[in-house]
Amino acid sequence: MKERTIQLEVLRYNPDTDTEARFQRYEVVCQEEWVVLDALNKIKADIDPTLNYRWSCHMAVCGSCGMMINGEPKLSCHAFLRDYEGVIRVEPLAHFPVERDLVTAPDDFMEKLKRVKPYVIPKEKKPISEGEYKQTPAQLMKFRQYSMCINCMLCYAACPEYGLDPEFVGPAALTLAHRYNQDSRDGGRLARQEVVATHEGVWTCTFVGACSEVCPAHVDPASALQQMKITSSIDWIVEHLIPGGKSARDTVSREDAGDIS
Amino acid sequence: MAKSHKPVVWFPFAAGGTVIAFFLPVIVVLTFMAALGHVPAGLGYERMHAFAGSGLGKLIIFGVVALSLWSSAHRLRCTCYDFGLRADTLVATVLYIGAIAGSILSAVYLMKI
Amino acid sequence: MSRKPLVRECPPTTWYFRQPRYLRYMSREITSVFVGAYCVLLVVGLQRLAAGPAAWEAFLLGLRSADSIVFHLLALAATFYHAATWFNATQKAMPIQVGEDFVPGNIISGAHYVAWAVLSVVVLFLAGVF
Ligand code: SF4
Ligand code: FES
Repeated sequence: MKERTIQLEVLRYNPDTDTEARFQRYEVVCQEEWVVLDALNKIKADIDPTLNYRWSCHMAVCGSCGMMINGEPKLSCHAFLRDYEGVIRVEPLAHFPVERDLVTAPDDFMEKLKRVKPYVIPKEKKPISEGEYKQTPAQLMKFRQYSMCINCMLCYAACPEYGLDPEFVGPAALTLAHRYNQDSRDGGRLARQEVVATHEGVWTCTFVGACSEVCPAHVDPASALQQMKITSSIDWIVEHLIPGGKSARDTVSREDAGDIS
Repeated sequence: MAKSHKPVVWFPFAAGGTVIAFFLPVIVVLTFMAALGHVPAGLGYERMHAFAGSGLGKLIIFGVVALSLWSSAHRLRCTCYDFGLRADTLVATVLYIGAIAGSILSAVYLMKI
Repeated sequence: MSRKPLVRECPPTTWYFRQPRYLRYMSREITSVFVGAYCVLLVVGLQRLAAGPAAWEAFLLGLRSADSIVFHLLALAATFYHAATWFNATQKAMPIQVGEDFVPGNIISGAHYVAWAVLSVVVLFLAGVF
C-alpha cells in the first residue's frame, strides 16, 4: 500500500467561542486508496480530537457525511483522495447553517420533507383482510429511481435557487413528493399539490440541473421537478379554464388531506 | 401557501422555448446569409410578401415571433433575479409588457400585409 | 447545550462563479438576451415588409453592416446553444416508459435533434437556399 501526505484545509467553527468560521490546515499521512472521510478520521484520531463531522456507514448509503470538497457537494466517504491534487479544501454543506465545524443544521430540510406528505395515501382504503396493494414491475419502475434518495442534502447544497431563497422546498423533498405521486397505490397527488404547485414549490426551480449532477444516488431531482411543472400547469388549466374542473379538485384534496403526521 | 399562477407565464415560456429551439437557428442562418450579402431567394420581397400574406404564413410568423418573444422575456426575468436584481415584480412587468407589445405590433404589421 | 448556528450567505450577485456548472447555466439563461434582441429585429423586419418593396430591400441592405454581422454571430451561437440545451432537457421533462423500462434518454433527445435537422433543411429549402 502506498502512502501519501495530504494537506487538508478544513473549516472550523466553534459556536461556544467563535463568531466567525476559519480554515485550519492539517497535514495527514494517508493511504493512496483512502477517501476524504478516512483522512478526517485520521485527523480526529491522531491530530485533533476536537474536529466535528458526521458520518456513519462509510459506504455511501446513510447520507450523513455530505460536505463541500473543493467547492463541490460530495459524500466524503465517496470522495477518493486519488482524484485530488494539492490542498483539499473541506467545508460544511453550503446553504445550511453551520452547527459546529463540518456539522450542519438539517432542520429546514427535515421540516420540508414532512411537508410533502412523503407516504402512500391509499387511492382506495381497504381492510387488511382484503390483502395487499399489488403492483406490477412496470408500476414499480415508474417511481423506483425517485425512491433511491438517501437524504444526504447534496442537492440542496448544489442548488443556487435554494441558496438564494431558503423558502424553496427544494430538490429532494419535492422529488419525494413525485415519488409518491408516481406510485400506482397512491391517491394523494392533489393533496401534495398544495405544497408542490406553490411559488416555494416547483415554481422556484429554474432548472439549473445541479441537483441531478451531484446526486450520489442518481435520483435525478431535476427531472422530477420538470415533470411536476408540466402536471401542475395542466392542473392549472383544468382548474381555471375548464368549467367544473375546480370543484373536482376541491373535493379530492379535502378527502386526501387526512394527515398522519 | 397558495397555489401559484406561474403556469400562466410558464406554459407559453415552455412552448416558446421549443419554438426557439426548432425554428430560430435556421431563421438566424437565413438573415445571416442576407447580412453576408447572399440574400436567399425566399427572402426576396415578392416571396416574403406572398408568404406573409397567406393565412397560414401569418399564423406561422405570428406564432414564432410572439412565443419566442414571450419565452425570452420570461427567461430574462429569471436571469435578472439570478444576477441579484430583486425587484422581480417590476422586471417581470416591464419584460412581459415588452413581449406583449412586440406581439401586438407584429400582428398589426401582419394584418397590413 | 445552546445552539448558535452560523449562517454562511450565498452571495446574491456573484454565486455563479462558485462552480463551473453555474456558469454553464448562466450562459444558457443569457441566450435569452440575444434571442429577445433577434425577435425585435424580426418585428422590425415585419414592419419593413408591410411598408412595401423599397422599405424591405432597404431593410435587407441594412443587414449588411459589420455590427449586424457580429450580432448575427452572437444570435447564431445563442440560438444553437439554446436548442442543444433544450433538446437535452426533453428527456428529463418527458420520459417515455415502454413496458417496464424507460426509453433511454439519449434516444428521446436524439429524436429531437433529428427532427430539428429535418425541419431546418425543409425551411432552408423553402427559402430557396438550395
Ligand atoms: S436527491 Fe440525491 S442529492 Fe438530494 S438528498 Fe436525495 S440522494 Fe442526496
Ligand atoms: S458515511 Fe454514510 S454516506 Fe458517507
